[in-house]
Amino acid sequence: MSSSKVNPPVPPHSLPSQVVKDDEPLFVAAAKSGDISAFETLVGRYEHKIFRLTQNITQNREDAEDAMQEAFLKAYEHLGEFQGNSRFYTWLVRIAVNQALMKLRKRRPNQISLDEEVDTGEDMVPREIEDWGPSPEERYEQTELAQILSTVVGELEPGFRIVFQLRDIEELSTEETAEALGLSVPAVKSRLLRARLKLRQKLNRYFRRGENS
Amino acid sequence: MKCKGLLSELADYLDEMLDPALRMEIEEHLAKCKNCRVVVNTTKKTIEIFCNSEPVPLPVDTRQRLHVALEKRMRRVQA
Repeated sequence: MSSSKVNPPVPPHSLPSQVVKDDEPLFVAAAKSGDISAFETLVGRYEHKIFRLTQNITQNREDAEDAMQEAFLKAYEHLGEFQGNSRFYTWLVRIAVNQALMKLRKRRPNQISLDEEVDTGEDMVPREIEDWGPSPEERYEQTELAQILSTVVGELEPGFRIVFQLRDIEELSTEETAEALGLSVPAVKSRLLRARLKLRQKLNRYFRRGENS
Repeated sequence: MKCKGLLSELADYLDEMLDPALRMEIEEHLAKCKNCRVVVNTTKKTIEIFCNSEPVPLPVDTRQRLHVALEKRMRRVQA
């Protein structure tokens, strides 16, 4: 029975993020006119996501906290400049990515370049082709699974990690990701595919059939 | 379609961005090729697992420091 179980479809990521609630523009407008509690509502809504984002980019707890804090402070100070051409969340993510990248570059100068060429050659061809079964994640406790996911994402090079983070975890569209990172849409697509295939391969060691089952 | 051809269309296939004819070509290949089927399914599953993962709650002390800093800045901006 379990072998015929159909997994729920993965939502198409070309669509705008579903993270954002419809009332976001109302809170942004109120915050822009000086309503502090409206801005605090926005902070409360996104703080854990922004912290996860900065944590995954910097891979350092202290830097992640600083980058998150600076992102919200900058967003508050520059709220008047936010024109509403994109969603507030996307704008906030862009600020947080910049803050986190600054921290990362400080620690690892000359190593972090988002716009360098990506080789899409032979190493893209998947190895270790083994099936996982229907619900491999259920073999692990929630905290154990979170640790596994954090470990494998942390093993990706920053250029792949950040694209994957924005597209598949924060649910930004390809276009929003490209805009946030100053990359072309084809560059985002090729990095995303590479990141997904690399993660698939890394998760293989935890999820393949017979492993831990 | 061959396995390599599928790989080059995989990103758009996973994101449901392919035109129907190409999509059908991929699905015909998948019906015949077990390796590609496993790669597609496990890659889909990879995205799904990450997509469904809950953010770790913000540590209380981290949250406190954020709100203290914000309050300070708000007071300064309003003054």
